[in-house]
Amino acid sequence: MTQCGVFCMLQVEHVAKAYTNGRTPVPVLADVSLTVAPGERVGLVGRSGAGKSTLARIMALLMPPDRGTVTVDGVLIQRWGFALPAPLRRQVQLIWQSPRTSTNPRYSLRQIMEEPLLGLDRDARRRASARLAQLQERAGLTPELLARHPHAVSDGQLQRACVVRALLVEPKYLICDEFTAMHDASTQATLLHTIAEEQERTGMGIVLMTHDHRLARHWCHRIVELSGGRLVEVTGHRSTA
Amino acid sequence: MALVVEGLDVRFLTRDGVVQALSDVSFRIEPGDVLVVVGESGCGKSVLAHALLRLLPANARMTGRVTLRGTVLTDLPEAQMAQLRGRAIALIPQSAATALNPVLPIGTQLREIARARGLSWNIARKELESILSRLGLDFDRIQGMYPHQLSGGMQQRIVNAAAMLGRPALVVADEPTYGLDPELVDQMASLLLEIPKGGSALLVITHDLHFARRLGGRIALMYGSFLVELRPSQQFFSGPLHPYGRGLLAALPDNGLQEIPGSPPSLTALPEGCPFAPRCRYSSYVCLNNIPALVPLDRTGRDAVRCVLYAAG
Repeated sequence: MTQCGVFCMLQVEHVAKAYTNGRTPVPVLADVSLTVAPGERVGLVGRSGAGKSTLARIMALLMPPDRGTVTVDGVLIQRWGFALPAPLRRQVQLIWQSPRTSTNPRYSLRQIMEEPLLGLDRDARRRASARLAQLQERAGLTPELLARHPHAVSDGQLQRACVVRALLVEPKYLICDEFTAMHDASTQATLLHTIAEEQERTGMGIVLMTHDHRLARHWCHRIVELSGGRLVEVTGHRSTA
Repeated sequence: MALVVEGLDVRFLTRDGVVQALSDVSFRIEPGDVLVVVGESGCGKSVLAHALLRLLPANARMTGRVTLRGTVLTDLPEAQMAQLRGRAIALIPQSAATALNPVLPIGTQLREIARARGLSWNIARKELESILSRLGLDFDRIQGMYPHQLSGGMQQRIVNAAAMLGRPALVVADEPTYGLDPELVDQMASLLLEIPKGGSALLVITHDLHFARRLGGRIALMYGSFLVELRPSQQFFSGPLHPYGRGLLAALPDNGLQEIPGSPPSLTALPEGCPFAPRCRYSSYVCLNNIPALVPLDRTGRDAVRCVLYAAG
Protein backbone atom coordinates (compact mmCIF):
# COMPACT_ATOMS: atom_id res chain seq x y z
CA MET A 1 0.00 0.00 0.00
CA THR A 2 2.88 2.30 0.65
CA GLN A 3 4.01 1.93 -2.95
CA CYS A 4 1.41 4.35 -4.20
CA GLY A 5 1.64 6.84 -1.33
CA VAL A 6 -0.80 9.70 -1.62
CA PHE A 7 -2.16 8.26 -4.87
CA CYS A 8 -3.61 5.26 -3.05
CA MET A 9 -7.22 5.40 -4.11
CA LEU A 10 -9.75 4.28 -6.67
CA GLN A 11 -11.01 7.38 -8.35
CA VAL A 12 -13.64 8.09 -10.99
CA GLU A 13 -13.85 11.66 -12.23
CA HIS A 14 -16.63 13.27 -14.27
CA VAL A 15 -17.69 9.93 -15.64
CA ALA A 16 -20.56 9.82 -18.12
CA LYS A 17 -22.14 6.83 -19.84
CA ALA A 18 -25.08 6.37 -22.18
CA TYR A 19 -26.47 3.28 -23.86
CA THR A 20 -28.28 3.40 -27.15
CA ASN A 21 -31.75 2.11 -27.75
CA GLY A 22 -31.89 1.89 -31.52
CA ARG A 23 -30.74 5.40 -32.38
CA THR A 24 -31.80 7.18 -29.23
CA PRO A 25 -29.08 7.48 -26.63
CA VAL A 26 -30.26 6.64 -23.12
CA PRO A 27 -28.07 8.51 -20.66
CA VAL A 28 -27.35 6.56 -17.49
CA LEU A 29 -24.51 8.41 -15.82
CA ALA A 30 -24.31 12.15 -16.46
CA ASP A 31 -21.39 13.31 -14.35
CA VAL A 32 -20.17 11.10 -11.54
CA SER A 33 -17.07 11.61 -9.44
CA LEU A 34 -16.23 9.34 -6.54
CA THR A 35 -13.09 8.48 -4.63
CA VAL A 36 -12.59 5.36 -2.56
CA ALA A 37 -9.66 5.24 -0.17
CA PRO A 38 -8.08 2.04 1.20
CA GLY A 39 -9.83 0.80 4.32
CA GLU A 40 -12.92 2.78 3.52
CA ARG A 41 -16.49 1.51 3.07
CA VAL A 42 -18.56 3.69 0.80
CA GLY A 43 -22.27 3.01 0.56
CA LEU A 44 -23.73 3.83 -2.83
CA VAL A 45 -27.51 3.84 -2.72
CA GLY A 46 -30.00 4.39 -5.50
CA ARG A 47 -33.18 2.97 -6.98
CA SER A 48 -33.06 0.26 -9.60
CA GLY A 49 -32.30 1.87 -12.93
CA ALA A 50 -30.29 4.66 -11.29
CA GLY A 51 -27.08 3.42 -12.88
CA LYS A 52 -25.50 1.57 -9.95
CA SER A 53 -24.53 -1.46 -12.00
CA THR A 54 -23.18 0.68 -14.82
CA LEU A 55 -20.98 2.53 -12.37
CA ALA A 56 -19.97 -0.81 -10.83
CA ARG A 57 -18.77 -2.10 -14.19
CA ILE A 58 -16.83 1.07 -14.88
CA MET A 59 -15.24 1.09 -11.43
CA ALA A 60 -14.34 -2.59 -11.80
CA LEU A 61 -12.47 -1.63 -15.02
CA LEU A 62 -14.67 -3.84 -17.18
CA MET A 63 -16.24 -1.16 -19.34
CA PRO A 64 -14.99 2.26 -20.43
CA PRO A 65 -17.04 5.37 -19.67
CA ASP A 66 -18.02 7.66 -22.58
CA ARG A 67 -16.36 10.58 -20.88
CA GLY A 68 -14.33 11.03 -17.71
CA THR A 69 -11.46 9.10 -16.20
CA VAL A 70 -10.82 6.21 -13.86
CA THR A 71 -7.56 5.96 -11.94
CA VAL A 72 -6.39 3.10 -9.74
CA ASP A 73 -3.65 4.08 -7.29
CA GLY A 74 -2.58 6.87 -9.61
CA VAL A 75 -2.63 4.78 -12.79
CA LEU A 76 -4.92 6.25 -15.41
CA ILE A 77 -6.94 3.44 -17.00
CA GLN A 78 -6.95 3.58 -20.78
CA ARG A 79 -7.62 0.00 -21.73
CA TRP A 80 -10.53 -2.00 -20.38
CA GLY A 81 -11.57 -5.52 -19.57
CA PHE A 82 -9.25 -8.17 -20.97
CA ALA A 83 -7.14 -5.55 -22.72
CA LEU A 84 -5.94 -4.40 -19.33
CA PRO A 85 -2.91 -6.19 -17.84
CA ALA A 86 -4.12 -8.83 -15.38
CA PRO A 87 -2.15 -7.63 -12.32
CA LEU A 88 -3.85 -4.25 -12.61
CA ARG A 89 -7.24 -5.73 -13.37
CA ARG A 90 -6.96 -7.95 -10.30
CA GLN A 91 -6.70 -4.89 -8.04
CA VAL A 92 -10.40 -4.25 -8.35
CA GLN A 93 -12.84 -7.10 -7.88
CA LEU A 94 -16.58 -7.07 -8.44
CA ILE A 95 -19.21 -9.17 -6.69
CA TRP A 96 -22.30 -9.31 -8.87
CA GLN A 97 -25.92 -9.28 -7.84
CA SER A 98 -26.79 -12.65 -9.29
CA PRO A 99 -24.42 -15.54 -8.59
CA ARG A 100 -26.23 -17.62 -11.24
CA THR A 101 -25.19 -15.37 -14.08
CA SER A 102 -21.70 -14.72 -12.78
CA THR A 103 -20.55 -18.33 -12.46
CA ASN A 104 -19.79 -20.95 -15.06
CA PRO A 105 -22.46 -23.67 -14.71
CA ARG A 106 -20.02 -26.31 -15.92
CA TYR A 107 -17.53 -25.65 -13.13
CA SER A 108 -17.66 -27.07 -9.63
CA LEU A 109 -17.68 -24.62 -6.74
CA ARG A 110 -14.01 -25.35 -6.15
CA GLN A 111 -13.15 -24.57 -9.78
CA ILE A 112 -15.20 -21.38 -9.63
CA MET A 113 -13.30 -20.17 -6.59
CA GLU A 114 -9.89 -21.24 -7.86
CA GLU A 115 -10.18 -19.88 -11.38
CA PRO A 116 -8.77 -16.40 -10.62
CA LEU A 117 -5.62 -18.02 -9.25
CA LEU A 118 -4.63 -19.30 -12.70
CA GLY A 119 -2.98 -16.03 -13.56
CA LEU A 120 -0.97 -15.73 -10.35
CA ASP A 121 2.70 -16.61 -9.94
CA ARG A 122 3.60 -19.70 -7.97
CA ASP A 123 4.16 -18.03 -4.61
CA ALA A 124 0.98 -16.06 -4.72
CA ARG A 125 -0.87 -19.16 -5.78
CA ARG A 126 0.45 -21.18 -2.89
CA ARG A 127 -0.53 -18.44 -0.48
CA ALA A 128 -3.99 -18.18 -1.97
CA SER A 129 -4.61 -21.93 -1.93
CA ALA A 130 -3.78 -21.97 1.74
CA ARG A 131 -6.24 -19.20 2.37
CA LEU A 132 -8.97 -20.82 0.31
CA ALA A 133 -9.82 -23.35 3.01
CA GLN A 134 -9.87 -20.64 5.64
CA LEU A 135 -12.03 -18.27 3.62
CA GLN A 136 -14.54 -20.84 2.51
CA GLU A 137 -15.04 -21.96 6.08
CA ARG A 138 -15.43 -18.35 7.19
CA ALA A 139 -18.02 -17.78 4.48
CA GLY A 140 -19.93 -20.84 5.64
CA LEU A 141 -19.19 -23.25 2.80
CA THR A 142 -18.91 -26.82 4.00
CA PRO A 143 -16.24 -28.98 2.30
CA GLU A 144 -18.84 -31.35 0.85
CA LEU A 145 -20.24 -28.48 -1.24
CA LEU A 146 -17.01 -27.84 -3.12
CA ALA A 147 -17.40 -30.69 -5.57
CA ARG A 148 -20.93 -29.62 -6.50
CA HIS A 149 -21.93 -27.61 -9.51
CA PRO A 150 -24.04 -24.44 -9.36
CA HIS A 151 -27.30 -26.23 -10.19
CA ALA A 152 -26.94 -28.39 -7.09
CA VAL A 153 -26.48 -25.56 -4.57
CA SER A 154 -28.75 -22.75 -3.42
CA ASP A 155 -28.36 -19.10 -4.45
CA GLY A 156 -27.01 -18.34 -0.99
CA GLN A 157 -24.34 -21.02 -1.19
CA LEU A 158 -23.32 -19.94 -4.67
CA GLN A 159 -23.01 -16.31 -3.63
CA ARG A 160 -20.79 -17.40 -0.73
CA ALA A 161 -18.49 -18.99 -3.33
CA CYS A 162 -18.52 -15.77 -5.35
CA VAL A 163 -17.46 -13.77 -2.30
CA VAL A 164 -14.59 -16.19 -1.65
CA ARG A 165 -13.59 -15.96 -5.32
CA ALA A 166 -13.41 -12.16 -5.16
CA LEU A 167 -11.48 -12.08 -1.88
CA LEU A 168 -9.01 -14.81 -2.75
CA VAL A 169 -6.88 -12.63 -5.04
CA GLU A 170 -6.62 -9.99 -2.27
CA PRO A 171 -8.00 -7.07 -4.26
CA LYS A 172 -7.21 -3.52 -3.16
CA TYR A 173 -10.73 -2.43 -4.01
CA LEU A 174 -13.93 -4.40 -3.87
CA ILE A 175 -17.16 -3.37 -5.59
CA CYS A 176 -20.26 -5.12 -4.27
CA ASP A 177 -23.21 -4.61 -6.59
CA GLU A 178 -26.42 -5.44 -4.67
CA PHE A 179 -24.79 -8.70 -3.79
CA THR A 180 -27.08 -9.49 -0.87
CA ALA A 181 -30.34 -8.26 -2.40
CA MET A 182 -31.66 -11.74 -2.96
CA HIS A 183 -30.38 -13.32 0.22
CA ASP A 184 -31.84 -13.69 3.67
CA ALA A 185 -30.69 -11.75 6.70
CA SER A 186 -28.31 -14.32 8.15
CA THR A 187 -26.53 -15.03 4.85
CA GLN A 188 -26.18 -11.28 4.37
CA ALA A 189 -24.68 -10.89 7.83
CA THR A 190 -22.19 -13.72 7.27
CA LEU A 191 -21.04 -12.38 3.91
CA LEU A 192 -20.64 -8.82 5.19
CA HIS A 193 -18.68 -9.98 8.23
CA THR A 194 -16.46 -12.13 6.03
CA ILE A 195 -15.70 -9.11 3.85
CA ALA A 196 -15.23 -6.79 6.83
CA GLU A 197 -12.68 -9.14 8.43
CA GLU A 198 -10.81 -9.40 5.16
CA GLN A 199 -10.82 -5.62 4.91
CA GLU A 200 -9.33 -5.33 8.37
CA ARG A 201 -6.54 -7.68 7.31
CA THR A 202 -5.74 -6.26 3.88
CA GLY A 203 -7.02 -2.70 4.12
CA MET A 204 -8.97 -2.81 0.89
CA GLY A 205 -11.43 -0.08 -0.08
CA ILE A 206 -15.05 -1.15 -0.55
CA VAL A 207 -18.02 0.25 -2.43
CA LEU A 208 -21.31 -1.31 -1.36
CA MET A 209 -24.03 -0.65 -3.89
CA THR A 210 -27.44 -1.27 -2.42
CA HIS A 211 -31.01 -0.05 -2.34
CA ASP A 212 -31.20 -0.82 1.37
CA HIS A 213 -30.53 2.47 3.17
CA ARG A 214 -30.65 0.75 6.56
CA LEU A 215 -27.86 -1.58 5.55
CA ALA A 216 -25.75 1.24 4.10
CA ARG A 217 -26.20 3.36 7.22
CA HIS A 218 -25.22 0.51 9.45
CA TRP A 219 -22.26 -0.85 7.56
CA CYS A 220 -20.64 1.98 5.62
CA HIS A 221 -18.46 4.89 6.69
CA ARG A 222 -20.13 7.28 4.29
CA ILE A 223 -23.05 7.18 1.91
CA VAL A 224 -23.52 8.69 -1.52
CA GLU A 225 -26.70 8.53 -3.53
CA LEU A 226 -26.91 8.03 -7.26
CA SER A 227 -29.92 9.70 -8.81
CA GLY A 228 -30.58 11.17 -12.25
CA GLY A 229 -27.10 10.18 -13.36
CA ARG A 230 -25.38 12.17 -10.63
CA LEU A 231 -24.25 11.63 -7.09
CA VAL A 232 -26.69 13.87 -5.31
CA GLU A 233 -26.49 13.32 -1.63
CA VAL A 234 -23.44 12.74 0.46
CA THR A 235 -23.98 12.08 4.11
CA GLY A 236 -21.21 12.06 6.63
CA HIS A 237 -19.67 9.38 8.69
CA ARG A 238 -21.80 7.10 10.82
CA SER A 239 -20.97 4.28 13.17
CA THR A 240 -19.41 1.09 11.86
CA ALA A 241 -20.45 -2.49 12.39
CA MET B 1 -61.07 -23.72 7.09
CA ALA B 2 -59.53 -22.74 3.78
CA LEU B 3 -56.34 -24.78 3.80
CA VAL B 4 -55.18 -27.60 6.06
CA VAL B 5 -51.75 -29.11 5.55
CA GLU B 6 -50.92 -32.19 7.60
CA GLY B 7 -47.57 -33.95 7.77
CA LEU B 8 -46.48 -32.84 4.32
CA ASP B 9 -43.22 -34.47 3.33
CA VAL B 10 -41.49 -33.98 -0.01
CA ARG B 11 -38.26 -35.57 -1.16
CA PHE B 12 -36.54 -35.55 -4.51
CA LEU B 13 -34.72 -38.59 -5.79
CA THR B 14 -31.62 -37.35 -7.59
CA ARG B 15 -28.38 -38.81 -8.85
CA ASP B 16 -26.60 -37.25 -5.88
CA GLY B 17 -28.98 -38.87 -3.40
CA VAL B 18 -32.24 -37.98 -1.72
CA VAL B 19 -33.02 -34.28 -1.25
CA GLN B 20 -35.33 -33.86 1.71
CA ALA B 21 -37.19 -30.64 0.83
CA LEU B 22 -40.09 -30.71 3.29
CA SER B 23 -40.31 -32.68 6.52
CA ASP B 24 -43.53 -33.11 8.46
CA VAL B 25 -44.93 -29.69 7.59
CA SER B 26 -48.34 -28.98 9.15
CA PHE B 27 -50.30 -25.73 9.30
CA ARG B 28 -53.69 -24.29 8.50
CA ILE B 29 -54.96 -21.02 7.09
CA GLU B 30 -58.45 -19.64 7.68
CA PRO B 31 -60.32 -17.86 4.87
CA GLY B 32 -59.27 -14.22 4.75
CA ASP B 33 -56.06 -14.91 6.66
CA VAL B 34 -52.43 -14.37 5.71
CA LEU B 35 -49.61 -16.82 6.34
CA VAL B 36 -46.09 -15.67 5.54
CA VAL B 37 -43.51 -18.43 5.11
CA VAL B 38 -40.05 -17.11 5.93
CA GLY B 39 -36.73 -18.88 5.56
CA GLU B 40 -33.26 -18.88 4.03
CA SER B 41 -32.66 -19.74 0.42
CA GLY B 42 -32.60 -23.49 0.07
CA CYS B 43 -34.72 -24.28 3.14
CA GLY B 44 -37.56 -25.74 1.06
CA LYS B 45 -40.00 -22.86 1.06
CA SER B 46 -40.50 -22.65 -2.71
CA VAL B 47 -41.05 -26.40 -2.81
CA LEU B 48 -43.93 -25.82 -0.41
CA ALA B 49 -45.63 -23.50 -2.91
CA HIS B 50 -45.24 -26.00 -5.69
CA ALA B 51 -46.30 -28.93 -3.53
CA LEU B 52 -49.59 -27.20 -2.65
CA LEU B 53 -50.31 -26.78 -6.37
CA ARG B 54 -48.95 -30.27 -7.05
CA LEU B 55 -46.58 -28.87 -9.60
CA LEU B 56 -43.56 -30.90 -8.54
CA PRO B 57 -41.20 -32.55 -11.03
CA ALA B 58 -41.43 -36.27 -11.74
CA ASN B 59 -38.62 -37.22 -9.37
CA ALA B 60 -40.49 -35.80 -6.36
CA ARG B 61 -42.13 -38.05 -3.79
CA MET B 62 -44.83 -36.42 -1.68
CA THR B 63 -46.65 -37.80 1.35
CA GLY B 64 -49.05 -36.15 3.77
CA ARG B 65 -52.42 -34.48 3.30
CA VAL B 66 -53.40 -31.13 1.82
CA THR B 67 -57.07 -30.23 2.23
CA LEU B 68 -58.54 -27.17 0.55
CA ARG B 69 -62.11 -26.23 1.57
CA GLY B 70 -62.86 -29.87 2.34
CA THR B 71 -61.30 -31.34 -0.81
CA VAL B 72 -58.27 -33.52 -0.23
CA LEU B 73 -55.92 -32.31 -2.95
CA THR B 74 -53.32 -34.98 -2.36
CA ASP B 75 -55.80 -37.72 -3.39
CA LEU B 76 -57.16 -36.06 -6.52
CA PRO B 77 -56.39 -37.44 -9.96
CA GLU B 78 -54.28 -35.05 -12.03
CA ALA B 79 -57.17 -34.13 -14.36
CA GLN B 80 -59.26 -32.85 -11.45
CA MET B 81 -56.28 -31.13 -9.89
CA ALA B 82 -55.72 -29.28 -13.18
CA GLN B 83 -59.31 -28.02 -12.91
CA LEU B 84 -58.60 -26.59 -9.48
CA ARG B 85 -55.43 -24.74 -10.43
CA GLY B 86 -56.32 -21.15 -11.09
CA ARG B 87 -59.93 -21.64 -9.94
CA ALA B 88 -59.37 -22.77 -6.37
CA ILE B 89 -55.64 -22.09 -5.98
CA ALA B 90 -53.94 -19.24 -7.80
CA LEU B 91 -50.20 -18.71 -7.98
CA ILE B 92 -48.61 -15.28 -8.17
CA PRO B 93 -45.26 -15.99 -9.76
CA GLN B 94 -41.93 -14.46 -8.82
CA SER B 95 -41.75 -12.13 -11.78
CA ALA B 96 -44.81 -10.44 -13.27
CA ALA B 97 -42.83 -9.43 -16.33
CA THR B 98 -42.24 -13.03 -17.38
CA ALA B 99 -45.73 -14.18 -16.39
CA LEU B 100 -47.48 -11.97 -18.95
CA ASN B 101 -47.45 -12.80 -22.65
CA PRO B 102 -45.49 -10.04 -24.41
CA VAL B 103 -47.34 -10.34 -27.73
CA LEU B 104 -50.93 -10.21 -26.50
CA PRO B 105 -52.83 -7.17 -25.22
CA ILE B 106 -53.70 -7.23 -21.52
CA GLY B 107 -57.44 -7.50 -22.20
CA THR B 108 -56.96 -10.65 -24.30
CA GLN B 109 -54.81 -12.25 -21.62
CA LEU B 110 -57.32 -11.53 -18.87
CA ARG B 111 -60.12 -12.88 -21.05
CA GLU B 112 -58.13 -16.06 -21.58
CA ILE B 113 -57.72 -16.46 -17.83
CA ALA B 114 -61.44 -15.93 -17.25
CA ARG B 115 -62.23 -18.60 -19.84
CA ALA B 116 -59.77 -21.04 -18.29
CA ARG B 117 -61.54 -20.58 -14.97
CA GLY B 118 -64.93 -21.17 -16.55
CA LEU B 119 -66.22 -17.67 -15.87
CA SER B 120 -68.45 -15.83 -18.31
CA TRP B 121 -66.63 -12.79 -19.66
CA ASN B 122 -69.45 -10.42 -18.71
CA ILE B 123 -69.24 -11.38 -15.06
CA ALA B 124 -65.45 -11.69 -15.06
CA ARG B 125 -65.08 -8.29 -16.70
CA LYS B 126 -67.17 -6.60 -14.01
CA GLU B 127 -65.17 -8.31 -11.30
CA LEU B 128 -61.89 -7.37 -12.96
CA GLU B 129 -62.98 -3.76 -13.32
CA SER B 130 -63.69 -3.57 -9.62
CA ILE B 131 -60.46 -5.36 -8.61
CA LEU B 132 -58.34 -3.22 -10.93
CA SER B 133 -59.94 0.01 -9.77
CA ARG B 134 -59.16 -1.00 -6.18
CA LEU B 135 -55.57 -1.50 -7.32
CA GLY B 136 -55.63 1.92 -9.02
CA LEU B 137 -55.94 0.83 -12.65
CA ASP B 138 -58.63 1.55 -15.23
CA PHE B 139 -59.59 -1.59 -17.14
CA ASP B 140 -60.79 0.28 -20.24
CA ARG B 141 -57.53 2.16 -20.49
CA ILE B 142 -55.21 -0.81 -20.13
CA GLN B 143 -57.10 -3.55 -21.95
CA GLY B 144 -55.66 -2.64 -25.34
CA MET B 145 -52.13 -2.16 -24.06
CA TYR B 146 -49.25 -4.60 -24.28
CA PRO B 147 -47.11 -5.53 -21.26
CA HIS B 148 -44.13 -3.48 -22.46
CA GLN B 149 -46.26 -0.33 -22.42
CA LEU B 150 -46.86 -0.77 -18.70
CA SER B 151 -44.49 -0.17 -15.82
CA GLY B 152 -43.29 -3.08 -13.70
CA GLY B 153 -45.64 -2.02 -10.91
CA MET B 154 -48.62 -1.96 -13.26
CA GLN B 155 -47.74 -5.40 -14.65
CA GLN B 156 -47.56 -6.69 -11.10
CA ARG B 157 -51.00 -5.29 -10.34
CA ILE B 158 -52.44 -7.03 -13.38
CA VAL B 159 -50.93 -10.35 -12.35
CA ASN B 160 -52.36 -9.87 -8.86
CA ALA B 161 -55.77 -8.99 -10.28
CA ALA B 162 -55.68 -12.13 -12.43
CA ALA B 163 -54.92 -14.20 -9.33
CA MET B 164 -57.81 -12.60 -7.44
CA LEU B 165 -60.31 -13.19 -10.24
CA GLY B 166 -63.04 -15.63 -9.22
CA ARG B 167 -62.00 -15.46 -5.57
CA PRO B 168 -59.91 -18.61 -5.36
CA ALA B 169 -59.89 -20.27 -1.95
CA LEU B 170 -56.12 -19.90 -1.78
CA VAL B 171 -53.63 -17.52 -3.39
CA VAL B 172 -49.94 -18.46 -3.21
CA ALA B 173 -47.34 -15.75 -3.85
CA ASP B 174 -43.80 -17.07 -4.34
CA GLU B 175 -41.13 -14.45 -3.52
CA PRO B 176 -43.24 -11.58 -4.89
CA THR B 177 -40.67 -8.91 -3.97
CA TYR B 178 -37.76 -10.47 -5.83
CA GLY B 179 -35.75 -7.60 -7.32
CA LEU B 180 -38.20 -4.83 -6.39
CA ASP B 181 -37.21 -1.40 -5.11
CA PRO B 182 -38.06 -0.61 -1.47
CA GLU B 183 -40.96 1.68 -2.44
CA LEU B 184 -42.38 -1.05 -4.65
CA VAL B 185 -42.00 -3.59 -1.86
CA ASP B 186 -44.34 -1.50 0.27
CA GLN B 187 -46.73 -1.14 -2.62
CA MET B 188 -46.63 -4.88 -3.21
CA ALA B 189 -47.54 -5.51 0.41
CA SER B 190 -50.64 -3.33 0.12
CA LEU B 191 -51.57 -4.98 -3.18
CA LEU B 192 -51.28 -8.45 -1.67
CA LEU B 193 -53.27 -7.44 1.39
CA GLU B 194 -56.22 -6.70 -0.90
CA ILE B 195 -56.44 -10.44 -1.62
CA PRO B 196 -57.57 -11.73 1.80
CA LYS B 197 -60.18 -8.96 1.95
CA GLY B 198 -62.04 -10.89 -0.75
CA GLY B 199 -62.16 -13.97 1.50
CA SER B 200 -59.25 -15.88 -0.08
CA ALA B 201 -56.54 -17.33 2.10
CA LEU B 202 -53.15 -15.86 1.24
CA LEU B 203 -49.84 -17.69 1.53
CA VAL B 204 -46.75 -15.59 0.85
CA ILE B 205 -43.27 -17.03 0.55
CA THR B 206 -40.41 -14.61 1.14
CA HIS B 207 -36.92 -14.24 2.54
CA ASP B 208 -37.40 -10.52 3.19
CA LEU B 209 -38.14 -9.96 6.87
CA HIS B 210 -39.19 -6.31 6.48
CA PHE B 211 -41.71 -7.34 3.88
CA ALA B 212 -42.95 -10.20 6.05
CA ARG B 213 -43.46 -7.83 8.95
CA ARG B 214 -45.34 -5.38 6.76
CA LEU B 215 -47.74 -8.14 5.65
CA GLY B 216 -48.70 -9.07 9.21
CA GLY B 217 -50.93 -12.11 9.64
CA ARG B 218 -49.11 -15.19 10.80
CA ILE B 219 -45.51 -16.25 10.34
CA ALA B 220 -44.30 -19.74 9.50
CA LEU B 221 -40.55 -19.91 9.95
CA MET B 222 -38.80 -22.64 7.99
CA TYR B 223 -35.36 -24.09 8.48
CA GLY B 224 -33.76 -27.12 6.85
CA SER B 225 -37.04 -28.53 5.47
CA PHE B 226 -38.86 -28.20 8.83
CA LEU B 227 -41.39 -25.67 9.97
CA VAL B 228 -39.82 -24.49 13.20
CA GLU B 229 -42.06 -21.70 14.43
CA LEU B 230 -45.67 -20.81 13.70
CA ARG B 231 -47.00 -17.70 15.40
CA PRO B 232 -48.85 -14.42 14.88
CA SER B 233 -46.57 -12.00 13.06
CA GLN B 234 -46.61 -9.32 15.73
CA GLN B 235 -45.63 -11.77 18.44
CA PHE B 236 -42.92 -13.29 16.28
CA PHE B 237 -41.31 -9.95 15.49
CA SER B 238 -41.50 -8.73 19.06
CA GLY B 239 -39.93 -11.94 20.39
CA PRO B 240 -39.28 -15.04 18.33
CA LEU B 241 -39.12 -18.25 20.35
CA HIS B 242 -37.03 -20.54 18.18
CA PRO B 243 -33.29 -19.86 18.47
CA TYR B 244 -33.10 -19.64 14.67
CA GLY B 245 -35.83 -16.98 14.63
CA ARG B 246 -33.90 -14.99 17.22
CA GLY B 247 -30.70 -15.30 15.21
CA LEU B 248 -32.46 -14.21 12.06
CA LEU B 249 -33.86 -11.03 13.61
CA ALA B 250 -30.50 -10.20 15.18
CA ALA B 251 -28.93 -10.45 11.72
CA LEU B 252 -30.94 -7.47 10.45
CA PRO B 253 -28.84 -4.32 9.97
CA ASP B 254 -31.04 -2.42 12.45
CA ASN B 255 -30.44 -5.06 15.10
CA GLY B 256 -26.69 -5.14 14.72
CA LEU B 257 -26.08 -7.41 11.73
CA GLN B 258 -25.07 -10.26 14.01
CA GLU B 259 -24.34 -13.44 12.18
CA ILE B 260 -25.46 -16.94 13.01
CA PRO B 261 -22.29 -19.06 13.12
CA GLY B 262 -22.02 -21.84 10.55
CA SER B 263 -24.16 -22.27 7.50
CA PRO B 264 -27.58 -23.72 6.75
CA PRO B 265 -27.64 -27.48 6.26
CA SER B 266 -27.77 -28.96 2.83
CA LEU B 267 -31.06 -30.74 2.18
CA THR B 268 -29.17 -33.79 0.92
CA ALA B 269 -27.41 -34.21 4.24
CA LEU B 270 -29.65 -32.96 7.01
CA PRO B 271 -28.33 -33.51 10.52
CA GLU B 272 -29.77 -36.45 12.41
CA GLY B 273 -31.45 -34.35 15.08
CA CYS B 274 -32.70 -30.78 15.02
CA PRO B 275 -31.58 -29.18 11.73
CA PHE B 276 -30.50 -26.03 13.58
CA ALA B 277 -28.62 -27.82 16.39
CA PRO B 278 -25.12 -27.49 14.88
CA ARG B 279 -25.50 -23.67 14.84
CA CYS B 280 -27.56 -23.28 18.00
CA ARG B 281 -26.07 -21.84 21.16
CA TYR B 282 -28.54 -23.78 23.32
CA SER B 283 -28.09 -27.16 21.70
CA SER B 284 -27.34 -30.22 23.78
CA TYR B 285 -26.87 -33.92 23.00
CA VAL B 286 -30.68 -34.25 22.93
CA CYS B 287 -30.89 -31.80 20.03
CA LEU B 288 -28.11 -33.46 18.09
CA ASN B 289 -29.71 -36.90 18.22
CA ASN B 290 -33.47 -36.36 18.11
CA ILE B 291 -35.71 -34.36 15.84
CA PRO B 292 -37.69 -32.18 18.25
CA ALA B 293 -41.48 -32.41 18.19
CA LEU B 294 -43.66 -29.48 17.22
CA VAL B 295 -44.68 -28.09 20.64
CA PRO B 296 -48.14 -26.48 20.65
CA LEU B 297 -48.17 -23.16 22.50
CA ASP B 298 -51.90 -22.92 23.13
CA ARG B 299 -54.86 -25.23 23.36
CA THR B 300 -55.85 -24.90 19.69
CA GLY B 301 -52.37 -25.87 18.53
CA ARG B 302 -52.26 -23.06 15.94
CA ASP B 303 -49.18 -21.55 17.50
CA ALA B 304 -46.30 -23.94 17.77
CA VAL B 305 -42.53 -24.12 17.94
CA ARG B 306 -40.24 -27.01 17.11
CA CYS B 307 -37.64 -26.81 19.86
CA VAL B 308 -36.88 -28.80 22.99
CA LEU B 309 -36.51 -25.55 24.96
CA TYR B 310 -40.29 -25.31 24.99
CA ALA B 311 -41.16 -28.99 25.39
CA ALA B 312 -43.28 -29.78 28.43
CA GLY B 313 -41.78 -31.87 31.20
